[in-house]
Amino acid sequence: MPDQENSVVVENLVKRFGTFVAVDRLCLEIRKGEVFGFLGPNGAGKSTTIRMLCGLLKPTSGRALVAGFDVARKPESVRQNIGYMSQKFSLYNDLKVIENLHLFAGLYSVPRDKLKERIEWALSMANLKGQENLITGTLPGGWKQRMALGCAVLHKPPVIFLDEPTSGVDPISRRQFWDLIHQMAEEGVTVFVTTHYMEEAEYCNRLALIFRGKMVALGTPSELKRDSMKGELLLIECEPLSKALEALQSAPDVSDAAVFGNALHLVVKDAAEAMPRMKQYLAGRAIAVNRIEQIRPSLEDVFVSLTTARDAAEEVKA
Amino acid sequence: MTDQLQSAIVAERLTKSFPGVRAVDALSFDVCAGEIFGLVGPDGAGKTTTLRMLAGIMSPDAGTAMVAGFNVVRNPEGAKHALSYMPQRFGLYEDLTVDENIRFYADLFGVKRAERAARSTQLLDAAGMSEFRMRLAGKLSGGMKQKLGLVCALIHRPKVILLDEPTTGVDPVSRRDFWRILYELAAEGVAILTSTAYLDEAERCHRVALLHQGKLLFCDTPAHLKAAMGKGVLSITAPEPRALRSCLENADGLSSLVLTGDGLHVVVDDAARRIPEFQARLKKANVPFDAVQQVAPTIEDLFVDAVESGGSAHA
Repeated sequence: MPDQENSVVVENLVKRFGTFVAVDRLCLEIRKGEVFGFLGPNGAGKSTTIRMLCGLLKPTSGRALVAGFDVARKPESVRQNIGYMSQKFSLYNDLKVIENLHLFAGLYSVPRDKLKERIEWALSMANLKGQENLITGTLPGGWKQRMALGCAVLHKPPVIFLDEPTSGVDPISRRQFWDLIHQMAEEGVTVFVTTHYMEEAEYCNRLALIFRGKMVALGTPSELKRDSMKGELLLIECEPLSKALEALQSAPDVSDAAVFGNALHLVVKDAAEAMPRMKQYLAGRAIAVNRIEQIRPSLEDVFVSLTTARDAAEEVKA
Repeated sequence: MTDQLQSAIVAERLTKSFPGVRAVDALSFDVCAGEIFGLVGPDGAGKTTTLRMLAGIMSPDAGTAMVAGFNVVRNPEGAKHALSYMPQRFGLYEDLTVDENIRFYADLFGVKRAERAARSTQLLDAAGMSEFRMRLAGKLSGGMKQKLGLVCALIHRPKVILLDEPTTGVDPVSRRDFWRILYELAAEGVAILTSTAYLDEAERCHRVALLHQGKLLFCDTPAHLKAAMGKGVLSITAPEPRALRSCLENADGLSSLVLTGDGLHVVVDDAARRIPEFQARLKKANVPFDAVQQVAPTIEDLFVDAVESGGSAHA
């Protein structure tokens, strides 16, 4: 039996479609009350994994337990014990707030005697008391999204899946939303987040990055930023930018150079050592450097670095 | 950015209301040839409405707009050949191949046959899509579809392009390809106006206009905006972020505090003074932490600071 403290356990999970291996021996352990981020480019196997974890798709081999239930053997029990929310598609816009809540309560089989209490709870959690009769489509983005969360957790699931839950929402509402999520996590709900947006990934306690069906990195956001980059990052402001870019793309020790706004970002092995050398290199080509400094990689830098490193490695093999 | 003389887009006090809401409120800005200008703000900030007015497909209630030298309010069709507008759902034909979609748009924009082959090869190479010419558009991934939309929108070499949230739903690797194409176009002198709801993406633009409820909060380069914030931003990492929050939430000098996955992101009045204070406070309360570091403010910090301190102070 799995550890009681883990609410999602994935062991050597595999999904093949014909000869294509969409998910390749994936292993994960997510603790109860953890906010876990699951990242990866389009086509990396994210959706396939989630469909398996939600009991919607049978794994080819391996095993996954969600809230204690085996997704292959007890898919109905899994579905009764999870909530699912995506910002874009989950609500009926032409229904009233209260009608949406009743609809979802029905879908999730909330017992009749609990119905009133659960709807009250969802309304107060979403801060929508007194707004029950508004048409959902007319609510501001931040309200709608708190309401979608309310609908997804009406049946008190121990595990919730969020798909880009705060995309397009203004930053203040987004912060409120994630406060709510962290509160739920504190009460023991396990939260599984998928997103392309690193702003959302920063709110997760731990992140897994998958690529071509395999896990390529796992850690807290700061661990990933500290340990996963192949090299260090430099920011250079110089004139003229496009000439500098061309020169730096073929410069020794520069593994990547790209424009970023009014500056360039370079990936080098050792920032301290590279800075004076880059200055000299550019000066020799009549390019004036206004500023050069080491910067902390963002999660997006980490993501791109890890996936492109894999790409290069596989091209060499092939 | 090099050609400061030539404004490719000039919006002057553009205003548009819909029943019950002023979607765009006296918005003014200009975009130069060779510049990537970001319209940044959450859903409902007025980004799409602004782009539609500039594209000549919606007329403003008040104000004027010049695009590529044409007054698009008086003459909505005038800029048609110099302009490309890519709406959020660009009209790709899913049952046509990549090549056929491009040919369709080339016909639509009247691109000469002699120029087509070279132009589409160049654009597809830049998009990293050369191997997918025969694939049905409907079989492309989300990121590829967006890149194909961009290729189609660029086939007639427009001088001005208007992009409405082109990278929504696109993964970071494809997003980077997308931006590389935009930088190349800018270097050729194309003026690019792009909208995004993702504030971190704003950092990639040469200049940004932050919109909130139809109004301009700020308009400047990301670097200038950050330098002008006048507050310090700290990143504090810790094994127990919630304990960290309880210990610091009432500390002096704090103007905003956000719980992240592995710590706190806080805005303070004076970083140099507050770092040692916070460290002492945490030690005294026996709350474990890994590091307290000053970091550059994000565009999100600026946005929240402006909205919470009463709106358009910098506009």
